[in-house]
Amino acid sequence: MNLPSLRIEKRLSSPRWLPAASLTVGLLLALVTVAVIFATLGVDPLTAFQRIFRGGFGSFYGLQETVTKSIPLMLAGVGLTLAFRGRMYNIGAEGQFMIGAIFATGIVRLFPTWPGFLLLPAMFVGGFLGGALWASIPALLKTRFRVDETLTSLMLVYVAYEAVKFLVYGPWRGSDTRGFPITDEFPAAAHIPILPGTRVHYVTLLLAIAAAILVYLLLTRTKLGYEIRVTGENPEAARYAGMDYRKVALLVMLISGGLAGLAGMGEVAGIHFRLRPPEALSPGYGFTAIIVAWLARLNPLAAMLTAFLLGGLLVGGDAIQIALNLPAATVQIFNGVILLFVIASELFNQYRLRLER
Amino acid sequence: MPDFVAGLLENLLTILVTVVLAIPAAIRAGTPLLYGTLGEVYAERSGILNLGMEGMMIMGAVSGFAAAQTTGSAALGILTAALVGGLFALIHAFASITLRVNQVVSGLALTMLGLGISSLMGKQFVGQPLAARLQPLEIPVLSNLPIVGELFFQFDLMVYLSIVLVPVLWFFLYKTRLGITLRSVGENPAAADALGVDVTFVRYAAVVFGGMMAGIGGSYLSISYAPAWIEGMTAGAGWIVVALTIFAMWDPSRALLGAYLFGGVRVLQFRLQPLGISPNLLNMLPYLLTILVLWLSSDQAAKRRIGAPAALMTAYAREER
Repeated sequence: MNLPSLRIEKRLSSPRWLPAASLTVGLLLALVTVAVIFATLGVDPLTAFQRIFRGGFGSFYGLQETVTKSIPLMLAGVGLTLAFRGRMYNIGAEGQFMIGAIFATGIVRLFPTWPGFLLLPAMFVGGFLGGALWASIPALLKTRFRVDETLTSLMLVYVAYEAVKFLVYGPWRGSDTRGFPITDEFPAAAHIPILPGTRVHYVTLLLAIAAAILVYLLLTRTKLGYEIRVTGENPEAARYAGMDYRKVALLVMLISGGLAGLAGMGEVAGIHFRLRPPEALSPGYGFTAIIVAWLARLNPLAAMLTAFLLGGLLVGGDAIQIALNLPAATVQIFNGVILLFVIASELFNQYRLRLER
Repeated sequence: MPDFVAGLLENLLTILVTVVLAIPAAIRAGTPLLYGTLGEVYAERSGILNLGMEGMMIMGAVSGFAAAQTTGSAALGILTAALVGGLFALIHAFASITLRVNQVVSGLALTMLGLGISSLMGKQFVGQPLAARLQPLEIPVLSNLPIVGELFFQFDLMVYLSIVLVPVLWFFLYKTRLGITLRSVGENPAAADALGVDVTFVRYAAVVFGGMMAGIGGSYLSISYAPAWIEGMTAGAGWIVVALTIFAMWDPSRALLGAYLFGGVRVLQFRLQPLGISPNLLNMLPYLLTILVLWLSSDQAAKRRIGAPAALMTAYAREER
């Protein structure tokens, strides 16, 4: 029996326009797929798309919300571009985000009377260290004992969730919170300055942009960046060239964890001004950041744009929740489909499909 | 001092009694985990990690409920859940086996997709009580025993079915030709291929089977455990399954113990709270234990002894052998 079968073969050369073209086609196909799913489930796709777009980008309120939500996505996403470039599949940014938030809150509790010019920098450093510390666990298990970092970093997300819950339900619960599981509000000195008339905590935004540029420079202009890229693309070659795999692995994990921790710090000190249960702090920023990184084709500068787009999708998701009375999780359909098509489209840069008989 | 000891003893006794009394609840909470884990063990034994477990389980929960509610038959609900879970797994199979994309990312995408679609699909069923409930199975003599009967013999068919599946799947995996073929594909796909095994087919079959089991596990939540449809009702059960598969060291029989242990943690978090044990610290346990197992099984000798699938997370392409 000779059924035609789908075969995948390696391309010998690929034209320069191919990556952009395959990404565009992938995204278009993703949108069509989402539309089909929506229509099947009885939601008019055109209305839904329009509402999402208008909600996220169509008004000043929507735009400033989009920018606000893109801050944590940008920080965590930029970190992940670096980790994935170095072939460290850190999928635990969500957990590193949580520990960053805990550390920042801890610093406020330790030094509640410090003035803002000391307290805020200390909190930023604390947030970064918290995230880096959390990422160092899978990193060390990987470099010392060759334990796969994907699974350990994922498991630690749930440990971090429980740690936040433990603190806000237990020892850190505020004195005047009417029974809500939240800490007391931070003193004014621990509030990140906000652009008037918006919720944009611009100091964190500037940090995120700086992080994107620095990571880009690190990757493209330094010897270390070269080692990271070679290790990621061809670990064997890197070993022959005498590059230290452990150093690279540890470094990219610490930086990506630290940036995710900064994102967590930004949320508690720029949005909530207190520690809250995990589901109130993050609608899954750390997981969405994986899409941010992949959609940016692991380019930290492009991650600024993709973070903005996915931030807009989150805001648009809130909009259809209110306007069309759809569940909040509806945007997850976009997330899942986009992620699938983006990784699949990437494949066509190196391989071609062929129908064989 | 004796006062203190007496107090401690009394407390320990209370904890012990609480734990024993929680056994039936732990078994019920562990049943969806057991279905999922048995499925994931098979998928991972073939070399494919499926992080879409949470998405497949919640799709099973919603489609199972929908089918049971509209047809009035719990059995049809469970069957539908298995089909939907299998179809969902097919997406992951196509992406990770045929297209050879990163298994981790593809699985994560599947989970997002499942959470999204189920919330939209289930909107019309929110707040409805299930008409077609599963009744506890009346086992002659055993169910009527005092204490023991109440603890172990008052479950519905789905619980017993999952228990029966454990030795069946264990036997298939270790003692049959097909089971050995499956494991060889996860161990060394190139060697299996050289011996004439259709690696792609075996992997597809294992992943789809894993999805069907996940679907059934999810439907247990909405048809028997709740029984109702609640948005996001798997509440991380799929991630516990991923952890549990490692904790059980890819062995169906250890999956049984692990599922009830982790199910017990989910139940006990509320019951032990009045005794001063933090539910949050208790909830960390499954994940910390899993990391510990990953660590302990990290060296090559231990890996071989345990039988961790060596080719887990690696795509197979004949021409790149």
